[in-house]
Amino acid sequence: MNAPFQPEPTRLDLLKVGTRARVASVDWTALDEGEACRLRHFGFDEGVIVEPLHLGPFGRDPIAIRVGRMTVAIRRRHAGAISVQPIR
Amino acid sequence: MTPLPLVAVAGSPNAGKSALFNALTGARQKVGNYPGVTVERHSGRLTLADGRPVELVDLPGAYSLEPASPDEAVTRDVLLGRQKGERRPDALVVVLDASNLDNHLRFCLQLIELGLPTIVALNMVDLAKRDGLELDPKAVERELGVPVVETVAVRRRGIVELQAAVDDMLSAPFCGLHEHVKSDIVHLQRRAREVATAAVVSETPVRRWTHRLDSVLLHPIAGPLILAAIMFVMFQAVFAWSQVPVDWIASGVAWLSEAATQALPPGLLRSMVVDGAIAGVGAVITFLPQILILFFFILLLEGTGYMVRAAFLMDRLMHGVGLSGRAFIPLLSSFACAVPGIMATRTIDDPKDRLTTILVAPLMTCSARLPVYTLIIAAFIPNTRLAWGVGLQGVVMFGLYVTGICGALLVAFVLRRGVLKGGGGGFMMELPKYQWPLLKDVTIGILTRAQIFLKRAGTIILGTTIILWALASIPQAASGQKQSDVSIAGKIGRGIETVVRPIGFNQDISMALLPAMAAREVAVSAIATVYSIDSSDEQAGAMKLENRLQHRWSLATALAFLAWFVFAPQCISTIAVTRRETNGWKWPLFMVSYLFVLAYAAAGLTYWTAVSLGL
Repeated sequence: MNAPFQPEPTRLDLLKVGTRARVASVDWTALDEGEACRLRHFGFDEGVIVEPLHLGPFGRDPIAIRVGRMTVAIRRRHAGAISVQPIR
Repeated sequence: MTPLPLVAVAGSPNAGKSALFNALTGARQKVGNYPGVTVERHSGRLTLADGRPVELVDLPGAYSLEPASPDEAVTRDVLLGRQKGERRPDALVVVLDASNLDNHLRFCLQLIELGLPTIVALNMVDLAKRDGLELDPKAVERELGVPVVETVAVRRRGIVELQAAVDDMLSAPFCGLHEHVKSDIVHLQRRAREVATAAVVSETPVRRWTHRLDSVLLHPIAGPLILAAIMFVMFQAVFAWSQVPVDWIASGVAWLSEAATQALPPGLLRSMVVDGAIAGVGAVITFLPQILILFFFILLLEGTGYMVRAAFLMDRLMHGVGLSGRAFIPLLSSFACAVPGIMATRTIDDPKDRLTTILVAPLMTCSARLPVYTLIIAAFIPNTRLAWGVGLQGVVMFGLYVTGICGALLVAFVLRRGVLKGGGGGFMMELPKYQWPLLKDVTIGILTRAQIFLKRAGTIILGTTIILWALASIPQAASGQKQSDVSIAGKIGRGIETVVRPIGFNQDISMALLPAMAAREVAVSAIATVYSIDSSDEQAGAMKLENRLQHRWSLATALAFLAWFVFAPQCISTIAVTRRETNGWKWPLFMVSYLFVLAYAAAGLTYWTAVSLGL
């Protein structure tokens, strides 16, 4: 009997481009108020599907991420506050 | 008189709100400012089918009623009737991006909760279809409980239907406002997803155009190369395309000057009109085509959605000197004019990021420097072709732009480690879908800029030119004397000259520096005015300004003059807007002083280097 393969939970900034994942939790305390507000406006919240699409040319920063139906760019540091569960 | 009904157009950023506003109001728009804040107010008039006028106001784009920027605060305050200088709207048109309902519906639900009569414009339905998304507007209408109209603003589709809906809305009896809005964002977001799910009839997975384009345009290697290529093409085009219209304008000015000379009796009045007004303003107007071509590119980059990609590509580098990628857009706009550039810094949330951006914005080569650069380059740099389509003159121009950019980055780096230390600075931006902007929207933008420039030429530049003419013509030289030795301007110029002589500036330049404080391009008309007054005979009067410069300036002086203009803060408008945006005189004074010091040093270095190289 094969147990369904479950990828390891990780952080959004470590997720490979093209890998879809579900947001497990957001460490709102790691962000200042304005940043947290903006991330919520973009739709980052538990349960939402995200997918890194493109990386900035210098230092692979910022990251373009698909959230729901929109694409947003955030810095690596902010992506690090978001824990995700990759979807196989 | 009862005021016209006021309808506010609201929506999230990138919903196509401004295109919809343009489609509803046409070119008859008023652009002003909300009192006390630096947020633009766009308003216009919509005429209903029965001829009744309605005032339409385009609110700044916002993601929610909890503001994260001054723009969003204005949107909230207008909607709650708390904004100074604005009545509370009588009704709302909420614009949604049909291909991004999950997100945009959240703000829409918040707005509906306000209780104002509301219509929803389901905009960009064509882009949703392109993404394989089939929507049912009736389902959205059922879920939201307000009328929903499908539109494609940039193609002017659904506009008549939307006008009819506005008409119905204003005719219907209105029953009361809700003062309190549920601001529980989690609840709203969940409800938004429910509505969005109900609205989707079918979804075909397609390879999205925007994603495919981004794979190339945001590619780690191709992306920056394409950005550099676009910038280079833009600046080459400023020269290549403008040649024909520039010649037209120049011959028009020459004709006018001839006609005025014929019509007026010889004397001071003729001298003032021909040598002062026509020669001075004419010299500046000639550069209008170049300025408009630059604006055309900037509007196109903005309209297609590429501008944000440029910010994405540049963010890390900007971050390296303590700025955010968001500063890229204000700084790129500053290539046209620092004034709108500095005003565009409002979108930068971090105050220190913003202040740094404001302080370095004048280092971006604005279009007012173009007349100065163009004149000097045309006079002193040979028009050699280096390769196919690449001329030496264009390369020198490109070099001046690059010098400005490097100067700005260096100054930002120093500021962020000195006076403006601290502050993290974030970069959070939506990457909108690519779309081809309507030529009409770009044209409206260009015409507005042309109008602003011509107004400036007609007021500040005309005024300064006439004052300078007076300073340069009074007292009149006796025969045998040179006019520029006798006049008041000559004396002031000699005062400035003692300061700038070490960096290779001659009296012509010293005399142009003072009037050029009004606006940089005045330097050109100032020099033109000085020469046309000095020329006694008809033959010299017909000589082109470039040829005269070649006779009177050395190459080292010309290069030093170019270097000076890369840095010198010679623009009253920029200083005024900086004062306004920073709420005081401290920062504008700081800006002016550091820029003059840099200008002096740069011109000096250039001159001494050129002289030691024997140029």
